[in-house]
Amino acid sequence: MLKAKLIAFPQMGDYHVPIKYLLKNISDSIIIDAPNITAKTIELGNRYSPEFVCTPFKYTLGTYIECLELGANVLIQLGGGCRYGYYSELQEQILKDLGYNFILINLITAGRANFKDIIKKIKKIGKINYFKALAYLFITIKMIKYMDKIDVYIRENMGFELEKNSFKNLKEEMLVSFSNITSYLDLRKKYKQYYNKFKSLSIDKPDDCLKVAIIGELYTIMEPFANYELEAELARNRVSITRYTNADYLMFKKKRAIQKFLKLSHYVKYRMGADASDNVYRCEYLCQHHYDGIIHIKSSFCTPEIAIMPIISKICGKYKVPLLFFSFDANTSEVGMKTRLEAFYDMLKMKRNK
Amino acid sequence: MDEIKIGIPRGLYYYYDGFFLTDFFKRLGFEVIVSIETNRELINQGNYYASDEMCLSLKTYLGHVAYLKDKCDYLLLMRIDNYGLYDQMCTNFASLYDIVNNLFDLKIIDINIDEKNKQNMLKELIKIGKQFGFKKSKIIETYKISQIKSNKYIKRLKMINNNKLKSNNLKILMVSHPYNLEDRYIGYSIIQYLEEMKIEIVYSYLFDHTNGLSKQYSNNLYWKYSKESIGAIELVKDRIDGVIFISSFPCGPDSLVNELVIRKMNLPYLNLILDDINSLTGTITRLESFIDILYAKS
Repeated sequence: MLKAKLIAFPQMGDYHVPIKYLLKNISDSIIIDAPNITAKTIELGNRYSPEFVCTPFKYTLGTYIECLELGANVLIQLGGGCRYGYYSELQEQILKDLGYNFILINLITAGRANFKDIIKKIKKIGKINYFKALAYLFITIKMIKYMDKIDVYIRENMGFELEKNSFKNLKEEMLVSFSNITSYLDLRKKYKQYYNKFKSLSIDKPDDCLKVAIIGELYTIMEPFANYELEAELARNRVSITRYTNADYLMFKKKRAIQKFLKLSHYVKYRMGADASDNVYRCEYLCQHHYDGIIHIKSSFCTPEIAIMPIISKICGKYKVPLLFFSFDANTSEVGMKTRLEAFYDMLKMKRNK
Repeated sequence: MDEIKIGIPRGLYYYYDGFFLTDFFKRLGFEVIVSIETNRELINQGNYYASDEMCLSLKTYLGHVAYLKDKCDYLLLMRIDNYGLYDQMCTNFASLYDIVNNLFDLKIIDINIDEKNKQNMLKELIKIGKQFGFKKSKIIETYKISQIKSNKYIKRLKMINNNKLKSNNLKILMVSHPYNLEDRYIGYSIIQYLEEMKIEIVYSYLFDHTNGLSKQYSNNLYWKYSKESIGAIELVKDRIDGVIFISSFPCGPDSLVNELVIRKMNLPYLNLILDDINSLTGTITRLESFIDILYAKS
């Protein structure tokens, strides 16, 4: 048994705030803040990963190594519906071969969370009061939902801010205050307060602004570093951004939504693994609702998303909506991405003016 | 009335269930057309339809569909999601129907296998048979006969495979999927070369009861075919001299599973990754040196 517990988990967007809040309150362990993903993280992950595994594997492995160097000895990994569900076992083996001593807790296997298993694993971290844990879990879930709601507003309006970085700064302020809440009522109060603050930020948004939607693989969409801050880059060009994939959708809404999507869609009949069939439906929906352009992003070698690429090009071809594919790898050049994005933006503008 | 022509592409699921499906539909009185063995032309066709990051096996499969496009009335397609919660398939198998349906203008008969949600082969075949006006009892009877016949066929293959383990020659276990290994254009040249060298080739997918044995290497693994492959390593590890892993570029499950097994087992191994730029010379050099090492060891 290890003595002091130092817990670490990989970064994904801003969700480290609620997860840290949960862990801090239900266990007496120390939580290590994963360092921000940098070029060094990617290089570390790249060096020890198999050759053609998808990029999130490399990113999270790199983060784990950095956390272990900081002294972490309990690592937490989630799982998903595709290869993602199998990451943990190989990552554990790779890190053990590198000589680290730790426990890795995987919360979801084979695309399904097994509560018996999770409780057994959580017992390894230390004693937990389950009633207290449930209460804090509820607050955490609410916090994630609130954050996602505010993010939707930010994405739509960030590009039209009058004062530079006003949205970004206010969001950082909000995350700090969210991490220090004391109760559910406190959270609600703060959420309302910040929601109003965001609404009152001055923007200059024309009614016929360009609307672009981002669809694609979940990790690349949700972790800004993995997509080279695509959203911020788009916002700089005064574009209103729509994105459906967020933690709230993936955890609570997806299961029901997908049945509906399969019925409504003309292009997809079965589940295609991970978020693939959702994205096909989304693409059709966005085309029908006159979006100016669609950007599909994924990490390289993401099998489910590769499978839908010909289908969504077909849909966009039919509705004549411009579509841009990005495949992000550990060695994607940022300049190349910016050039393509600029060309795409110019094309959208020209199409509008025609 | 002319016989209805059903086309089965020679790729992916064909190498598992092809014998059964061909037999079943022939017995019901259909004309079954199986596409020709893979060749350069077919792969080029597949490349034309596929998006460029798809795996080699899927590209080949699409090439076969393109070949059958004008030659049959219906295309028989199996869309396999899972054979149970812990026996899932690679997502390419699950998305096969939607890819083909969107890329080609074809009439498709689809068999949807999703045993987690109680969709199995027999149920789907009854549904399909009813569309063509067959009685349920007739379908079940044909299903049983074809099942017995195909089981006999597979049993014979498994017996041959098992007997190879008794040979005194150098024995190598090929860990791969049959759609790579048995494909004339992709894996067959490797087999041919090894056979010329008088080496006994043991196939990982031709053993019984390998699924559970995979627990020795991996507890959480949930891909059916990967489980069977690595279970086979555990089953025969004392009776073989070396292991060759063959995967197509960029196979999702193999990229993780092979890496894990290579780290955990202590047998000599060779990891070959095949793509459609098939230069055999480089592969053969690697095979040669691998065999030399095995001879030096034994």
